[in-house]
Amino acid sequence: MIRIKREICTGCEICISSCPYGAIEMVEDRAFITEMCNLCRACLSACPVGAIIETEESRLPTTDSRLMDFSGVWVFAEQRRGKLHDVSLELLGEGRRLANILSTELSAVLIGSNIEKEAKTLIAYGADKVFVADDPSLSDFHDDSYGHILAGLIEKEKPEIILSGATSIGRSFIPKVAARLRTGLTADCTRLGLDGKILHQIRPAFGGNIMAVVICPNRRPQIATVRPRVFKKPIPEKGRKGKVIKVHVPEDISLRTKTLEFVKDLTSTVNISEADVIIAGGRGLGDAKNFRLLEELAEALGGAIGASRAAVDAGWISYPHQIGQTGMTVSPRLYIACGISGAVQHLVGMQSSDIIVAINKDPDAPIFKVATYSIVGDALEVIPLLVKKIKEVRG
Amino acid sequence: MNIIVCIKQVPDTSEVRINPETNTLIREGVPSIVNPFDMYAIEEGLRIKEMIGGKVTAISMGPPQALEALKEAFSLGVDEVILISDRAFAGSDTLATSYTLSKAIEKIGLFDIILCGKQAIDGDTAQVGPELAEHLGIPFVTSVKKIDEIREGYLRVHRMMEDGYDVIETRPPALLTVVKEINEPRPPSLKRKIQAKNLQVPVWRKEDLDVDEKRLGLKGSPTQVLRIFPPEIKGERKILEGNLEEQIYKLVSELKGLGIL
Repeated sequence: MIRIKREICTGCEICISSCPYGAIEMVEDRAFITEMCNLCRACLSACPVGAIIETEESRLPTTDSRLMDFSGVWVFAEQRRGKLHDVSLELLGEGRRLANILSTELSAVLIGSNIEKEAKTLIAYGADKVFVADDPSLSDFHDDSYGHILAGLIEKEKPEIILSGATSIGRSFIPKVAARLRTGLTADCTRLGLDGKILHQIRPAFGGNIMAVVICPNRRPQIATVRPRVFKKPIPEKGRKGKVIKVHVPEDISLRTKTLEFVKDLTSTVNISEADVIIAGGRGLGDAKNFRLLEELAEALGGAIGASRAAVDAGWISYPHQIGQTGMTVSPRLYIACGISGAVQHLVGMQSSDIIVAINKDPDAPIFKVATYSIVGDALEVIPLLVKKIKEVRG
Repeated sequence: MNIIVCIKQVPDTSEVRINPETNTLIREGVPSIVNPFDMYAIEEGLRIKEMIGGKVTAISMGPPQALEALKEAFSLGVDEVILISDRAFAGSDTLATSYTLSKAIEKIGLFDIILCGKQAIDGDTAQVGPELAEHLGIPFVTSVKKIDEIREGYLRVHRMMEDGYDVIETRPPALLTVVKEINEPRPPSLKRKIQAKNLQVPVWRKEDLDVDEKRLGLKGSPTQVLRIFPPEIKGERKILEGNLEEQIYKLVSELKGLGIL
C-alpha cells in the first residue's frame, strides 16, 4: 500500500493535487491517504521530500522461474470475409522488431475459413511461422470459437508476447482469452518497448490527457492490443521463407452465439478507424444536407467522413461516424474539422492526428488550439473553395 | 427478467490535466460522474424491464464515494443498488475487477442479462465486460447498438463493427456491452431523486463474497502502471496568411508539399 511517513511530510499539500482519485487529505497538518487510494503511484514522484512510500506487501513477487518457459512473439492475424486487416500487417512489423531484440521467433495466428493462402502474405510481412486454423465453422467471427482456439494454442505453445489489433474483433475476444489465461492485457497501446524481457506497453489514459507505461511482470503471455495505423506496415519480402502449421479445429467447440447476417454501412465507403484522411463536420454545418459538401471534399482527398457528437445527435449523420469520447478515437495523417468548435470530448478523439486543419467561423473556438492550420471562416464557403483548389493542383 | 447493470464512477476526464513540471495529474475540482456509456446500459435495462417485466439491479465496484453513482442510477429508476467496496479491492486492474464483480454477481444469484457500458472513459479498455462474462461462463456480445428481440430464452442484437453491424443471436443468461446509439437516456425523476438522497446503499465487502484473496486488488492484478507522463505535444502551429482564398491556396500547397495530395 501507499503510506505517508508523517515524520518526513512537511504538509506542503503538493501531493493532494497529484492524486487522480482524490485520495489524499490533510489530517493534523500532514498528508493522509484515504480509502479512495487506487495504488496508482502518481503521488510517489510528486512529493518533494520523499515522504510518500510504497510498502512492500502491495507488490507482487518479482520473478517466477516458470516465466522462462515462455518464448516467442505472436500476432493475431485478423481477417474478415477472407481479407487480412491492415493492422495485422502493421503489427507484424512491430512484432518483428520485438522478436529481433528478444532473439526469438515471430509467429502469426490466422483463424477463419478458406484463408490458408493468406499465410504466404503473413510470412512475406515478417512471420517466421503461421498457425492456421482453417475450417468452414470459423468463417464468421465468434468470441467462443476464436477465443477457444487462440487460448488453446497459447496454452500449448507458450508465447511470451501477443499483439492484436484494437479492432471490434480484437477488443471483443482478446479480453476473453486474457481472462481465461488469467494474464494481463493492455488495450490500445500507442508504443511498445522492452526492458529485458518485460514488455513496456504505452497507452493513453484519462481521455488521452496522460500516457501510462503498463507492464505485466509476473504472468505470461503479455498481451497488448494496438489501434490501426499506430505502426507502419513493413515492406513485404516476396519469397520469404516461413513455416505454415495447421491447427486442429475441434468439432465440438460450443458456440453460444450465431451470426444471422452482416449489414454493411452504406454511408461509409472508408471506415474512419483506418482512414488516412478524415473530413469531420460539426454543428457549424447547420444542416444534414451540408454533409454533402464534406463528401465532395472527402472524395477529392480519398478520405472518410467523421462527425462531432452535436452533428450525430442532430441526426445529420449516423453514430458510427462519431469521433470523440462517446464515439471513435482516430489518428489519421490529416484531419479536417469543419464547423466543429472543439469541445474537449471531441478533442480527445482526434488530437493525436498528424495534421489538423480547423475551419470555423469563431476565431476563439477551442479547436484552433490543437490545429496545425487554422482557417477562420464559414465552412460552407471554405469547403467548395478547398475542393476547387485541390482539383486544380491535381490537374 | 433479472437484469444487472454494472456501472463505474469516473472522474470527468475532459477536465483531467497533467502538470508538465511534476508529471502528475491535476485533479483539483474534477467532478465525478457516472461513466457515460454506463448511462446507456442503465437506460437499456429500464427499457427491457418496462417491455417484458423484471427487476433491474445496478452494481458498482469502487471506493465508498461510488455510492453517489448508484444513487444516480436509483434516481433513474433501477430497483436495487449494491456497492462492492473494500480496501482489499484497491489497485485492481481489469482482471481483478472482473473477477470481483463476477463473485458479487454469483452472490446476487439469478440473472438473465448483464449490461455494461462499452468502456469506461477513464481507462477506455473495454475489457471488464468480456472478462466478466468469461469468469461467469456466459456468452457475451460487445458494442451492442440495438436489442432487436428479447424474450425468455432468446436474444437477438446488433453488434456494431467498423463497417456496419452483425445481427447476432444468443440465449440468456448473457452479457452485453452497449454503445451510445442504443438509446437516449431519460432524465431522473424528481421523486426518485429525493428518495435516493436517503437511500441506504448496501455495501458488500470482501468478507461478503466467496473470493480467493490472491485474486483481489493489486495482488490479483497482472498489470501494473509503471509510471505516467504527459503526452507529447504534437506538431507546430502554422500560420496561413492573406485573404480567405490565399489562405486556402497556401493550405493546399502545404498539403501537397507534405505528400498528402
